[in-house]
Amino acid sequence: MSTTIQPPAAAPRNTNRLGFTIADYKGADSTLCAGCGHDAITSQIIKAFYEYGVEPHRVAKLSGIGCSSKTPAYFLSRSHGFNAVHGRMPAIGTGVMLANSNLISIGVSGDGDTASIGMGQFVHLLRRNVPMMYIIENNGVYGLTKGQFSATADLGSKTKSGVSNDLPAIDLCAMAIELGCNFVARSFAGDPKQMVALLKAALGHRGTALFDVISPCVTFNNHEGSTKSYKFAKDHEELLHDISFVPFFEQISVDYAEGEVKDVELHDGSHIRLRKAEKGYDPTNKSEALNSLRKCQESNEFLTGLIYINEQKPDFLTLLNTVDAPLATLPQELTQPGEDALREIMAELM
Amino acid sequence: MSNQSPQTLVAEEDQRSNGGPIINDFSIQVATVNGSGSQSSNTVLMRSIFQMGIPVSGKNLFPSNIAGLPTWFTIRANKDGWIARRKEIDFLIAMNAETGREDVMNLDPNRVVVYEETLKLNQYRKDLTFFPVPFAKLATEITPDSRLRKLLANMIYVGVVGELLEIDPAEMEHALTKQFKGKAKAVALNKTALDIGRKFAKENFDKTVVPYKTQRMNATKGKIIIDGNAAAALGCMFAGITVATWYPITPSSSLCETLADYMKDYRIGEDGKASFAIVQAEDELAAIGMAIGAGWAGARSMTSTAGPGISLMQEFIGLAYYAEIPVVIFDITRVGPSTGLPTRTQQSDILSLVYCSHGDTKHIVLLPASVEECFSMGYDAFDLSERFQTPVFVMSDLDLGMNNWMSDPFKYPTKKFDRGKVLSAEELKKLGSFQRYADIDGDGIPYRTLPGTDHPAASYFTRGSGHNEKAAYSERPDDYKRNMDRLNRKYDTARTHVPQPEITNARGAKIGFLAFGTTHWAIIESLDQLQREFNLPIDYYRLRALPFTNDLVEFFEKHDRVYVIEQNRDGQMEMLVKLELPAELTTKLRSIRHYSGIPIDARFVTDELVAAEKGEKN
Repeated sequence: MSTTIQPPAAAPRNTNRLGFTIADYKGADSTLCAGCGHDAITSQIIKAFYEYGVEPHRVAKLSGIGCSSKTPAYFLSRSHGFNAVHGRMPAIGTGVMLANSNLISIGVSGDGDTASIGMGQFVHLLRRNVPMMYIIENNGVYGLTKGQFSATADLGSKTKSGVSNDLPAIDLCAMAIELGCNFVARSFAGDPKQMVALLKAALGHRGTALFDVISPCVTFNNHEGSTKSYKFAKDHEELLHDISFVPFFEQISVDYAEGEVKDVELHDGSHIRLRKAEKGYDPTNKSEALNSLRKCQESNEFLTGLIYINEQKPDFLTLLNTVDAPLATLPQELTQPGEDALREIMAELM
Repeated sequence: MSNQSPQTLVAEEDQRSNGGPIINDFSIQVATVNGSGSQSSNTVLMRSIFQMGIPVSGKNLFPSNIAGLPTWFTIRANKDGWIARRKEIDFLIAMNAETGREDVMNLDPNRVVVYEETLKLNQYRKDLTFFPVPFAKLATEITPDSRLRKLLANMIYVGVVGELLEIDPAEMEHALTKQFKGKAKAVALNKTALDIGRKFAKENFDKTVVPYKTQRMNATKGKIIIDGNAAAALGCMFAGITVATWYPITPSSSLCETLADYMKDYRIGEDGKASFAIVQAEDELAAIGMAIGAGWAGARSMTSTAGPGISLMQEFIGLAYYAEIPVVIFDITRVGPSTGLPTRTQQSDILSLVYCSHGDTKHIVLLPASVEECFSMGYDAFDLSERFQTPVFVMSDLDLGMNNWMSDPFKYPTKKFDRGKVLSAEELKKLGSFQRYADIDGDGIPYRTLPGTDHPAASYFTRGSGHNEKAAYSERPDDYKRNMDRLNRKYDTARTHVPQPEITNARGAKIGFLAFGTTHWAIIESLDQLQREFNLPIDYYRLRALPFTNDLVEFFEKHDRVYVIEQNRDGQMEMLVKLELPAELTTKLRSIRHYSGIPIDARFVTDELVAAEKGEKN
């Protein structure tokens, strides 16, 4: 038997930097309708987590209720998942991160789950800046209950039976920016390249990363007259920039001319590069971001790309200043004060 | 059994004196407006009696308001150690113009009234002893500051009462120094006010006409005074909690606030880093959601609330029951339904706790009766919750949570935390795999893993929808039923793990009392009254938790009648007992209910029992 010591092998082919294969990031088979935008997003999540090189056991997958909220079962089966109650995933996610700050949490929600029943919790998640990637699979309808309008349905958009929506849509990206969210992106399920770059960027961000993805419902909202159909989205997408992601573990090469590309460094040392930026769009400028969103809404277009980013703000766990180890697994010796402490407290009460 | 009617029992009150002064057996009521800062004064008064070695209890009857509405603080001193509320007031301090007349009219004859002179309360009754004091005027002698004067007037009445009841001045000063600890200026000002009150009473009143006196005894040495919420907070801290998420609501807010104070003192390391996270949530839904999220991820997590909060938390609590996630919920109950009387006490959340949420659910509910049990059950709740992977309620009430109670010092919990059936990566390596909802041990309790566990077999998918033993989505009837039956088995296992009842037997008793929580204090005093006055021995089953333990049936078998005594309108605990008993024993059930929002008192129990038993004889 050979006792020759082999030099540490480089990651074998078809694995990421941690030695995991793409299969390690897959989940159960989807039970959604064929062609659902959500499945396209699921594929990009798998790809992004694989390419970035996330340890699956460190991930917590979280969701509420609805078609979107089923999807965590379809990716990262080696990660713990929690399908909670309708609109309340932010609270679950906050608690999970309080208990274990070493986890990487990904929350998947829908427009009903977020913009209606879950609005209260969503708002406060953003306000706290809880470290979490929050994906909204936005299709403008309640799919699982068969096609009622949601609060992100555009004014004038029509149901399959021709009923027109006469209430204005809530723009979740604009709202998130107002509420102090420091990573706000929007994409389209039909644009995998942009989506995967933004997902990886979200992984590099510390704090709440909001990612609104227009994800057409092929069964209830993909018809003529709908503003959330594949066709409408393709025709009305307004790309802010071409985006590429350079992970922290790769060498940065300077292959562009000054002024041609906007480079933003993320919390983890990765970079995002925004090319051919629309009129020199600067995603670190809050008022420009809000203005652009408003203008697009007025012209019935939807902006995609990295709309706003600020890497300087502390996340909620940093503000709480907790010990570095996960609170969940601190041993009794560290969480139970000694007998002298109780004696001191009792003496004070005598 | 005596055939004395409840009415004739009033005479008993005066038997305290035997002709001489009534020593260490009286209640004082301070009637004032809230926001006037009387709380500190009342605490000083109560503490100085306590420090003289006399058993004492204090109850604050306050409005749901910040300033300007009537509030009453009652101090009961009792040499025999009875610390339940006593209905009758012996010594009234009337500071509130609005309620002055009614306060005076409510008194029994021959009682004593100290009052703000300008209220002219002596016009209403001829059969009381009145002591008019110009509080406002006296306060102007101390300071020109009008806000301060109002506060100091309160300390002046403490001085007056101290003189009339012969409370040791040294103890009063000691109590005052403790109350304003570290604030030299406040101590000095209040000391002046105390002395002015004392001096005024000495110079103007004949204290010998006051029948009530304090006399030093030795019944409180080594005891502490604490409210139930602070005691529960200490229970949580010593249970090693790491996550507390809550939303303000009376009467539970002070639990997490006090917890935060203690945790700052004892759970922050030298590097300034905290071994805990306390978060004030945006509402009760978020509070329970965060606590459940943290419990799922392995933290010892809790929330505290009151009835309206429980209503809001219901959906989430059903999820935690069905998905089997540990979380501890303190319900400091108040008067419902709806907003009800937010600052009054009741035990009316029992049914909404035990069956909290839609679908077939049932929960473990701990029922502390004392501050000591708020501490010990506050502690035990976390062991139970992690052992059974389920929500555990601790049901206290406003009376216990927000009032000051005397107690022996709490004992340090020496046992090791029970973190329940959690599989580590090492254990998974040996096992190879695990099934989240399989009943391996036959006790209905499955094994779990925590997110972050570095083993390929560790992960599972938690959901509130139907699931099989592997935690996979399932709508199969057999999967559903197997799971629900296992949850039932788990609940049955809990019967032998929850705090067991405390059963007190009296010789020859044919009647039993069953009560829980703060009703206890009225019960034990009533048992004494019934024995002494009616020669009626009664056994007492003090329930300390749900689910019921097996000795419930036995207790009913042994007695002709069992009175379930509780503080709600509908006899909620009686209903639960009825469901638990074999049909033939349910005919032994009787019910005594007190639900005015005021804590139940012994005389009420005694009167009700005597009246009911008279009916039985006929």
